[in-house]
Amino acid sequence: MSDPIVNISGLNKWYGEFHVLRDIDLEVEKGERIVICGPSGSGKSTLIRCVNALEEFQEGEIVVDGIELGPNLKHVDAVRREVGMVFQSFNLFPHLTVLDNCTLAPIWVRNIPKKDAEATAMKFLERVKIPHQANKFPGQMSGGQQQRVAIARALTMNPKVMLFDEPTSALDPEMVKEVLDTMVDLAEEGMTMLVVTHEMGFAKEVANRVVFMDAGQIIEANTPNEFFAAPQHARTKLFLSQILR
Amino acid sequence: MTDIVASSFVRQDLVAERPAPVKTSGFVGFVRTRLLNSPTNILLTILGLLLVWYTVVPAIKFLLVDAVWSGKDRTACLAENAGHPVGACWPFIQAKSTQLFYGFYPEAERWRVNLTFALGAVLLLPLLVPRLPAKSLNAGLFFFAFPAVAFFLLHGGGITGFGVSWVAGLLQLFADSISGAGAILVGLSKTSAAGPLLWAAGSLTALIGTLLHWVIFPLTWLRDQMQAAGQGPWLDLSITAVIVSVILFMLGGGARAGSRPLMASLATFAGIAAVIKLMGLDHGGLPIVDTRLWGGLLVTLVIAITGIVASLPIGIALALGRRSTIPLIRIFSITYIEFWRGVPLITVLFFATYMLPLFLPGNFTVDGLVRALIGVSLFTGAYQAENLRGGLAAVPRGQSEAASALGLSWWKTTSLIVLPQALRHVIPAIVNSFISLFKDTSLVSIVALFDLLGSLRASFADPVWTTPSTAFTGFAFIGIIYFIFCFGMSRYSLFVERRLNAHRRN
Repeated sequence: MSDPIVNISGLNKWYGEFHVLRDIDLEVEKGERIVICGPSGSGKSTLIRCVNALEEFQEGEIVVDGIELGPNLKHVDAVRREVGMVFQSFNLFPHLTVLDNCTLAPIWVRNIPKKDAEATAMKFLERVKIPHQANKFPGQMSGGQQQRVAIARALTMNPKVMLFDEPTSALDPEMVKEVLDTMVDLAEEGMTMLVVTHEMGFAKEVANRVVFMDAGQIIEANTPNEFFAAPQHARTKLFLSQILR
Repeated sequence: MTDIVASSFVRQDLVAERPAPVKTSGFVGFVRTRLLNSPTNILLTILGLLLVWYTVVPAIKFLLVDAVWSGKDRTACLAENAGHPVGACWPFIQAKSTQLFYGFYPEAERWRVNLTFALGAVLLLPLLVPRLPAKSLNAGLFFFAFPAVAFFLLHGGGITGFGVSWVAGLLQLFADSISGAGAILVGLSKTSAAGPLLWAAGSLTALIGTLLHWVIFPLTWLRDQMQAAGQGPWLDLSITAVIVSVILFMLGGGARAGSRPLMASLATFAGIAAVIKLMGLDHGGLPIVDTRLWGGLLVTLVIAITGIVASLPIGIALALGRRSTIPLIRIFSITYIEFWRGVPLITVLFFATYMLPLFLPGNFTVDGLVRALIGVSLFTGAYQAENLRGGLAAVPRGQSEAASALGLSWWKTTSLIVLPQALRHVIPAIVNSFISLFKDTSLVSIVALFDLLGSLRASFADPVWTTPSTAFTGFAFIGIIYFIFCFGMSRYSLFVERRLNAHRRN
């Protein structure tokens, strides 16, 4: 296949003395959907936060779409422009309306005229099915709606890769589905996605590969069918037995 | 079925509306349910009524009922002449009103003060009403153009040069001081034990100074040529306009970004030229009124407004500096804040007024009022920094992370995401500091500046108006003035708070 769009090699990170990421190597092809799972504290979130340099790391290299991101975090801005991110706690800007949330970055980072930015934002808000809420403030919406706005906001920057950091963990069970549906739509359009989640249904339906992490290392990576049917590692078996009752 | 219909608790016909047996609405209802509904509340109501009786009634009696309203001197305000116990002596305020408002500002020039206040009000009021358009132009005029115009209106005087001359003058002062330091070091080397070392350092410093003189020579030469030509500031203004416009055009992305920044810059300079022409700044301007003659409400407002406008940016810079990851900036900010919070304002003012001149070079003086202005601004800036730090701490980390993840730089993240939210959290605290600053301006009277309070106290010395109630009248009057300004700020801040926090109401 073509060159990987995200290439993580020899990544090592320490929080003080604590070795959170150990020798991570991961290649993500264009259009590939990767689900990262594992017990809490295993470094899943830290790993994807390294991809857009929200966390710094001490050793190794991350290449995103040909842009190199080393331990000195050069080219941070260039990488962040190519990578969209959705957070567990939405992190919408509460003092701005939904529309302003979605036009802020295009206007101030890409210098797009306000009118065009608003047209693009409305297009993406329609795609996540909340165009009629564009003039509301985030605080007036449900969690599921807020998370869909957050997805639309990331998409307005036309990212080549989308990172999802437990996007449904802070949601009521009823709202998980609407967010997952949005993500499935996105996957079907061919977006490259790195998703940290415990939604195994989503992993089975959408993922090309499931990556299992424990204690800061990738200990298993396989297609969803193989991963769920025949887990190799003892730790993976234990994990799956606990979440797939 | 029929049993149910026949049962007595089902109404056969509708009951007509009738008034409540105990009134719960209207005035009587309010008195009954809020003021007299329990023994404790009855006691509190009585205490409240007594409090009103013993404060409000005497105040009204003093200020209005027993007041003397007209007269030419103290005799009008004496009980034996008035024929009743005398309350407020309002003729005293009338006689001293010019002193209370303008201090010793020359009578013929007072229109300048009035014009400045009128200008300020005309620019400020539309800024305070959110519905009115052109906020950025309005803000630019109020925060940048108005202070300059106000300076030349209130203080007077003209200008002989503009940007080029000022930059040349500043750079020359800088180069001169370096050369001077070098000369002193060389002088010291003749007597000191570490002679050669001092001599080398001194020579090097002097050499740097000379080099600087050469580097800035084109600028100083240009200035001297312009002064020799005797055209006033016009040539200088045009050159500055061209240079600044070209720089803005380049920074704005050249022709690609369109001609907007260029137009804005040229319009600004045209405005400056119009002001210079209108006020005759190119040939001397208005007669100079020394700040020692300023006084009364004029000084109070100048100090308060300057302090309020200057302290907020200082506070923002320090609050951000205190959270910086760069140790030097953080240590500087912490030291600054802790130092200024640790000393009383009176000390600051004393130091600025009486000690600072001892440290400055002989020919370099700073006006007394300006010293107080700087002192007050720096002092309040430290408090604003701490207010704002609370607001910054209340903005979740995820906000700046989300902004960074979208590709916004630190500056944009801070100014578009973090600061707007932080400021909203701390509006009450910030306005609290503003109000406190407004009242603290009265402290400048101890460093020989006559603000409102100082002017009042000075006016007590007039034997023409010494009566038993003069002092009470005076303090009541300026108390009312202070209250109007402070209460106005307080109410306005509540309005802003409600408006800006619209997003928090569900």
